[in-house]
Amino acid sequence: MNTAMLSQSGQARLSHLDWLESEAIHIMREVAGQCSNPVLLFSGGKDSICMLRIAEKAFRPGRFPFPLLHVDTGHNYREVTDFRDRRAAELGERLIVRSVEDSMARGTVVLKSADEPRNKHQSVTLLEAIEEFGFDACIGGARRDEEKARAKERIFSFRDEFGQWDPKNQRPELWDLYNARSFKGENIRVFPISNWTEIDVWQYIEREHLALPSIYFAHRRPLVRRGGGLLPVTEVTPARSGETIEHLMVRFRTVGDITCTAPVESDADTVARIIAETAITTITERGATRLDDQTSDASMEQRKKEGYF
Amino acid sequence: MSAIEKLPAETLPDNGLLRFLTCGSVDDGKSTLIGRLLFDSKTILADTLHAIQSTSAKRGLDVVDLSLLTDGLQAEREQGITIDVAYRYFTTGTRKYIIADAPGHEQYTRNMVTAASTADLAIILIDARKGVLTQTRRHSYLAHLLGIRHIVVAVNKMDLVDYSPETFAQIRDDYLAFAAELGIADVRFVPMSALNGDMIVDRGEHLDWYDGPTLLEILETAPAIHSAHAEKFRFPVQYVCRPQDSANPELHDYRGFMGRVESGELAIGDAVTVLPSGRETRVRDIQVLGESQPHAVAEQSVTILLDDEIDISRGDMIVKSGELPMVSKQIDAMLCWLSESPLDPRRKYLLRHTTRDSKAMLAGIDYRVDVNTLEQQAAERLVMNDIARVSFRLAQPIFADPYSESRGTGAFIVIDESSNNTVGAGMIV
Repeated sequence: MNTAMLSQSGQARLSHLDWLESEAIHIMREVAGQCSNPVLLFSGGKDSICMLRIAEKAFRPGRFPFPLLHVDTGHNYREVTDFRDRRAAELGERLIVRSVEDSMARGTVVLKSADEPRNKHQSVTLLEAIEEFGFDACIGGARRDEEKARAKERIFSFRDEFGQWDPKNQRPELWDLYNARSFKGENIRVFPISNWTEIDVWQYIEREHLALPSIYFAHRRPLVRRGGGLLPVTEVTPARSGETIEHLMVRFRTVGDITCTAPVESDADTVARIIAETAITTITERGATRLDDQTSDASMEQRKKEGYF
Repeated sequence: MSAIEKLPAETLPDNGLLRFLTCGSVDDGKSTLIGRLLFDSKTILADTLHAIQSTSAKRGLDVVDLSLLTDGLQAEREQGITIDVAYRYFTTGTRKYIIADAPGHEQYTRNMVTAASTADLAIILIDARKGVLTQTRRHSYLAHLLGIRHIVVAVNKMDLVDYSPETFAQIRDDYLAFAAELGIADVRFVPMSALNGDMIVDRGEHLDWYDGPTLLEILETAPAIHSAHAEKFRFPVQYVCRPQDSANPELHDYRGFMGRVESGELAIGDAVTVLPSGRETRVRDIQVLGESQPHAVAEQSVTILLDDEIDISRGDMIVKSGELPMVSKQIDAMLCWLSESPLDPRRKYLLRHTTRDSKAMLAGIDYRVDVNTLEQQAAERLVMNDIARVSFRLAQPIFADPYSESRGTGAFIVIDESSNNTVGAGMIV
């Protein structure tokens, strides 16, 4: 529930999380008001879990005015897809899953190698789903702090019929007057949490007591060290000959494609501890952090890819 | 102790969120200033820092180049230009900041207007060696036009004028002279060196003669209230919640009016008027997530339930009875033209105001403003980046307040239906 506070001048104002939440609710309601057939992308990841909470606050006691869609790479952690299905069922909302593997079977996605990361291929499957259902807007959980190009992307971001974003030809976006108009075949991507940072997301998860897939929290898992980074040993990512399998305490910062999502060593087993780890307070402390450089590079790359959804 | 020595966030009061705009050119040290705020506030995440460290190293620098934090789009780097507004974020543990970083050049007036539309405060950068320039006047005019009440003049590169108090005083006097002409009331001045970090987050060692606050101290204490004297309650309806098909029979008659409070406050029991019907009723409940709350305040997204069954849809507005806005099919406004296609006086456009759309036609152009000299000139048509006083005739009435009183109900955008593009931004006078 929102908590308004009084400032020194006696006027009510909102805390930063209340403001961000209210902005996101406003954006989702604009989508519902302006678009005829929107969809909300839900992967089971932490950002999209926040999006579902915002949708509840925007539309309850009514149903969501859109279904949920997950573009499944087939390379997801079981904990995450189980969570995805459970959460959609709890909410009583319709979940559509479309799979990159189906696009591969159709021949619209062609992999260079069998174990290639599939994140970038998600956009093909997404476009196929947009066409199949005739969605005119896709609501996603991307944030502007994730990546340089994102810092300049609109909250309502226009895509042509090929799903392309043209950064040089964006619609001006002023005040809270959003323009979601599109012609048939075109599509608007909407990012209600554009103005959130990673810390805001974690603080919101803590405040709203949101459940997350277990792999976000520290757990022991078999890994190998490869290229200076930590790689989980799974069915799709077996250890190579000569590599030593170690069992380490790790957590995932993002939960995308198994083949390119590297965990970080951590013993943060609660949201509060993750916030403490995420808010790196000083440079020297950062130098001492266990966030190995190669791992952060991998995470960054991962988030970039997620951003392109 | 620096203002932002970190304490655990939960022990600090949450001082809300402040959106500000930085105006200046690359030459004024804008990227370095923003980089300095991000870096010295110690909230850069490890992976971001790592990325700029390695880029700096690749370029053969032995210190981290903070301006890399604001490095733009690949297309911009390739073409060596800044195209667009970028949004950056930092937090001090007590307050979250959203920086709108707008390119400063005249050709990008529309970008500055865009960035200013959501800002509470503007930092106007002046190079201490150059003093008040044409661009300073332009930036100040636009910030004022867009309703930014707090202006901070950052006199940067003080290290290049030997930290001279006389230079600073001269620039302050020059600025105050034309700020008075524009009617800018709240303006503050800070001498600084973004390069050395003086007077941004830390005071540094070179500006002992200056006893005012650092830039960050000003940001930390600036009121983050978007509409200072517009306390009339305005609630444009975004969406109507009617869960008739719900399994819960209690919800069969539920009619919730969903939206965000643009200004003012509302309490359960208040008498309200619904526009355009003019019907009056009372507030039965205010809800978030189905839970009742006694009040709603500005910028809160809530659901309102009313005592009487009134036909209300998206685009209608709920206001307090006795505080009615202007209801009009003719508006006068300051308009910024944003599109490469000029404003065509013969065409019909779509005007979007709050959650309401109306067809609109230009009724006249009173004058165009030269953003450099602030002269008013006669104009037959408007091209991209032009700012003019105009009037529009509308097919449907809108429920509006002067922009100077309320941004939320004083602003509109113009949409070209042939392209669906947003082509104009207006402020009702």
